[in-house]
Order: sequence, then C-alpha cells, then structure tokens
Amino acid sequence: MQSGSLRRVAVLLSFLAVIVFAAGCKKKTQVAPPAAAPTASQPTVSLNASPASIKAGDTATLAWTSTDATDLDIEPGVGKVSPQGSTPVTPSQSTTYTITATGPGGSATATASVSVEGAATTEQPSTAAQPSLNELFEQNVKDAFFDFNKSDIRGDAREALTKDAEFLRSYPQVKVTLEGHCDERGSTEYNIGLGERRAQAAKNYLISLGIPAGRMDTVSWGKERPFCSEHDESCWSQNRRAHFVLAH
Amino acid sequence: MTRKITILLAFVFTISLFAPRPAAAQDWFKTGTGLGVTKARLAAPDLPIRTATAQPLEKTFHDVLWADLDYSGVVEMVSPSFYPKQNPGQPSELHAADWANAPANAYMVAYGNLSADGNGLAVSGYLSDVHNPTAPLALQKIYRGAATDADARRLAHQFADDIIGVLSGGLPGIAQTHMAYVSTKSGTKEIWEMDYDGASQHQLTHLKSISLTPRWSPDATRIAFTCYVPFRGVTSPQICIYSTASDRLIAFPRFRSTNASPAWSPDGSQIAFMSSQNGDPEIYVVGADGTHLHRITFAAGVNTSPAWNPKTGKQIVFVSDRAGDPVLYLANADGSNVQRLDMPDMGYVVDPSWSPNGQLLAFSWRRPTGNFDIYVMDIVSRQLLELTRDQARNERPSWAPDGRHIVFESTRTGTRQIWSMLADGSQPRQLTYQGQNESPNWSPK
Repeated sequence: MQSGSLRRVAVLLSFLAVIVFAAGCKKKTQVAPPAAAPTASQPTVSLNASPASIKAGDTATLAWTSTDATDLDIEPGVGKVSPQGSTPVTPSQSTTYTITATGPGGSATATASVSVEGAATTEQPSTAAQPSLNELFEQNVKDAFFDFNKSDIRGDAREALTKDAEFLRSYPQVKVTLEGHCDERGSTEYNIGLGERRAQAAKNYLISLGIPAGRMDTVSWGKERPFCSEHDESCWSQNRRAHFVLAH
Repeated sequence: MTRKITILLAFVFTISLFAPRPAAAQDWFKTGTGLGVTKARLAAPDLPIRTATAQPLEKTFHDVLWADLDYSGVVEMVSPSFYPKQNPGQPSELHAADWANAPANAYMVAYGNLSADGNGLAVSGYLSDVHNPTAPLALQKIYRGAATDADARRLAHQFADDIIGVLSGGLPGIAQTHMAYVSTKSGTKEIWEMDYDGASQHQLTHLKSISLTPRWSPDATRIAFTCYVPFRGVTSPQICIYSTASDRLIAFPRFRSTNASPAWSPDGSQIAFMSSQNGDPEIYVVGADGTHLHRITFAAGVNTSPAWNPKTGKQIVFVSDRAGDPVLYLANADGSNVQRLDMPDMGYVVDPSWSPNGQLLAFSWRRPTGNFDIYVMDIVSRQLLELTRDQARNERPSWAPDGRHIVFESTRTGTRQIWSMLADGSQPRQLTYQGQNESPNWSPK
C-alpha cells in the first residue's frame, strides 16, 4: 500500500517534471513573435570605415557600435569582436566589410567599404566563381593567442597553428607576415620586444611543423594597434596575439 | 647579507617619503644631483620698463624668469609680498639692506630693466649679493632680441640660466633645453618638440604612421626614434633619424624584422638598439652612419631599451626578461660582464634612463602591489628612492642635463600626458594637455 502510493507520487512527480521541462523547452525555442513575454530587442549595429579610400598598403580603421548584441563578427578577415570598438585593416584590394550582430532578439548586419587605389584589380572576388586566395586565407588561417606577459604557445594556439600549417602546406606559394601584438598593460618599449617574441614563437612552432622559415616574416606592433579597445580582460585577451597577414 | 641591507635601506627611504620633506632622500642626493643643499633665498622683482610699449613684454619676461628660477631646484624664491616698495632697475637703485633684512631676508636679488623700441627688445639683467653689498655684481649682462613675446620668453630663459649658473657653481641651467616626445595631436603618433616648460609645442615628423621612443643625439642636432615605415608591402618598425637642423629624416639602414628603442653613445658615434633581425630581440650596436653593425647581447628572451652611461660611455643598462619578468641589467658597452640589478621586491622594471653624472638610474617599476611608478637608484649603493606613488601609471623617465630634473609620462589626469619634476619627486608639473602625449626625452643641451 505504502509502496503503491509512493510509486504513484513518483509517477505524478515525473509527469509534472516532464510538463515543466517541456514548458521550459518551449519558452526557450519560441523566441521572437509573441509580444506578451518581455522579448529581447532586435540588435542594432553600425559600421564605419575611415578613411573610406586608401592607397595600397595603407591602413583604414573600422569602427563599430552595437546594441542588444552578444556576438559580433566582421568579415572578411577580422572575425569575432567586442560590442563596440575599432580595428585597423589593411585590405590589399577594395573590400566591403560586413558586421553581423547577433543577440537574443535576432540579428542585424551593416556594411562599410574600403576602396583601395592602385590595387591590382585582376581578381574581383565577388565576380569570381571560386574564392580568391585572400578569402581562403582569411577563412582558414587563424591567429594564435597568448597569456599575459608570456610568449609561450598555449594549447588553443597549438590547434590554430596546426591548422594554419595545413593551409600553408596546401598553398606553398603563400608567404606570411606574423604580427606580434600585446595588451595595453605592459610598457610600450618592452611590449615591442614581447610582441616580437610572440610572432617568433608562432613562427618557430610552424617551423617545427615543417613550414620553411623563409616563408614567414615577423614584425611587432607592441601595444600600438590593439584589435579591441576596452580596458578589460575580454579585450586584453584578444589583443595578445600573433596575427597572420598574407604577404604579397 | 647585502640583499638584506638593500631591503632595509629601501625601506628607510620609502618611510622617509612620508616625512613632510624627504630629508633623508635629500642627504644622499646631495652628491648626485645638487638637490638638498641649503638653497639661497632669491628675490626677483618686476623689472621697471624704460619704454611704455614694453609692458606686455615685461609681463612675459618676468613670468617666465620667475617660473624658471622657481623650478630650478637651486634657489628658494622670496615671495613678492615681502619685497620693499621700490623695484630697482639698476645697481644704483638697489637698497641692499631693505632686501637683506626682514621680512624679505633675501640673499640674492635678480633685477634689471627692460626697454622695447624699433630696434627690438633689450633687457639689462643684474644679480647682486645683498648681504655683501660692496662685492662686485654676481652677474651683469644685456640681453637683446626682437620685441616679440617669443623673444621675451627666450631672453628670460637666458637670464635664468645665467643666474642658475652663478648660484649653482657652474652647473648648467635647463631653461633653454627642449623635450622631444610622441604626440597623437595630429591624429597619428608623431615626434614633437617643445620647450622644457611646455611652451612652443610643434610637430617634427609627418610620417602618418606610428613613431615612438625619440632620443636626442648628444649634440642635440638629431633625434633617433622608432618608426613604422612600409617597404615592399611590409610595414615594420625601424630606426629613423631626424635632423632638427635640416628638418628632415637622415638616411639610415633598414634591418630585417623588428627594430626599436635606439640610444646614442655619449660621443654620438654609435647607436644601440633592439633588433630581431636574427630571430630573438637582442641589443645591437651600429655606427651613427649605419656601418659596423654588431650584436652585444646573447640571451633568449626580450632584450631592449638600452642606455649608455653618459659619463663614461663604457657601460650600458638595458631591459631583459631572460629570467622571467623584465628587469634591468648592467653590462660593459661591448656586452661583456652582464649583471642583473636586483631589486628588493618582485615586479616589472623597465625604461631605464641614466643620470648625466653616471651615478643614478631612473626607471619605471611596477611592483606586485601597485601600478607603474618612477624610481631612482644609486648604482653603487643600490639605494632606492620612489618618486611617484598612487597616481595611476608613471613611466619612461628621462633625466634633464642638470641632473636635478626628470621628465616622464603619467596617466594621473585620466589621459596620458607629459610631466616633469625635481629628481626627489617634488614639484611635479604638467607640460602637455591635449591629445595623448608620451615618451618624453630631455635634450642634453
């Protein structure tokens, strides 16, 4: 008798649990339409390129702001970024950058173009059926990130560099410049040295994977060209990196 | 044992900072910097004008003269509220006893007169010992220039330096020196120059890229700096040299990879710098004409920020993280005999600047408990003095040629700006206000 009623309670409880769980699931999947629930606002995002026109080899700055976005991505070539900030870009040919802001309330995009004067316009990526080398490079080659005041290759950097090495093996004509970067907390002069050590560490790791040293140059930007400009660890961790640039 | 003593001494000097005046600090600085000796009480009344149009020029002249003398670290200025009613314009008008006695109690009086006409501006300057009125004048000179505000300023600096020269026993004044520094005022980091008091700020380079770490040549005719310049599609930091005489860059060789932080040898014939042309960032030395490149450090890690002993030219100090955090190392100028400069605490020690007499090092140190602060170390005794504290980041000290002043960058106002102070940490003075300004370097003359 007692065990029977216990079982009944257990069944009831599990039934309740299923209902609650299902309701929970439903709430999660059902995102935008109903106006009743306190819905998240649609993200907004704006992107600005300055200057909009540069000479080949020069640098433009992309600056963006967003609201209600948790995830921002700039393509081609920049990748994940913080909700607002700026980054230098050095496109080798005229490029339209698209920023995609995603948040609980949906997603939004904005674009900004940088036109490059005197760029070799033999290949227009938009008209070509196959992705250009530039695009492939941007899609496949990932940067290596570092701990504060360190130039040791971390586990995640080892993974990224292993993939980078695959790409470099597939495209033996590609030469790269490895740019070392640091966060803002160290001193300016020492950081130029530290950034160089990071670039060298990434280069040496690639050499250990069989990539010839002659295909890789290193250069340090110290803390002069941060990818992200907030004064917190989320940004600092983005700024401590060895960044790959396709050399021409 | 020595380590213990060093810690103890550092502790004593840190404590002394809390005293109303850092008396202990002054004692040991006496030999090195001239700070701490009894300061002469100096009065500097307004200069009577001999022509009516000279009034605004007199104001500029006297303001600048006063500021120069007050900031010299050599004299104690007597407040004008204690001055006798009449301002002397020439020695015959000076009533010595009125200045020597209470309430003025002056020891010396700097005075003179000023006239401006079609021929320009003329200032007759005098310096008298009012306790010894029969002695010859300590200084008597006529200063001439154009009847402009800029020249009134220039002549005041000259008069101030002459007075300081007399009162400090021949040590140079610094009123006519300059600062090279990095400013973002034009939109990108360029090399700028200003007078030692922050006046006449003007842009020197127009590279529209990133320029860093300016260093004056010993003859103050050139500035070596770190420049990011594109070459065959790759932009990398290189050593650039700017000539202040010809207002342009001088040709200098380009090296592979990253090159930064140039420093002149005291005879101006060589430049030490950081280079990763062969992999690791190491210190190299090259002739100022770009020849005879050779490497002087050989240790894995970052080796950078070299500075020569300006007195002997036989030693260098540099920053290395070969053993962990970046700290200072001393070595012979050829790279031999490397010695780590141990500190009584952990942390990150960078940006060394060697005092003109070769006895002291100024540097920035971020201790585990704090932010970057400026310290001075006596090299022989390893005694330390903390010059800044609890005021955001303070970095990149550079000594004035008088060995009594230090210029540095600080974020204490919320933006990065250039400040100077006496070498005991007193009289901090903000020199820049607009944009971000950093990496000051004091001209050697």
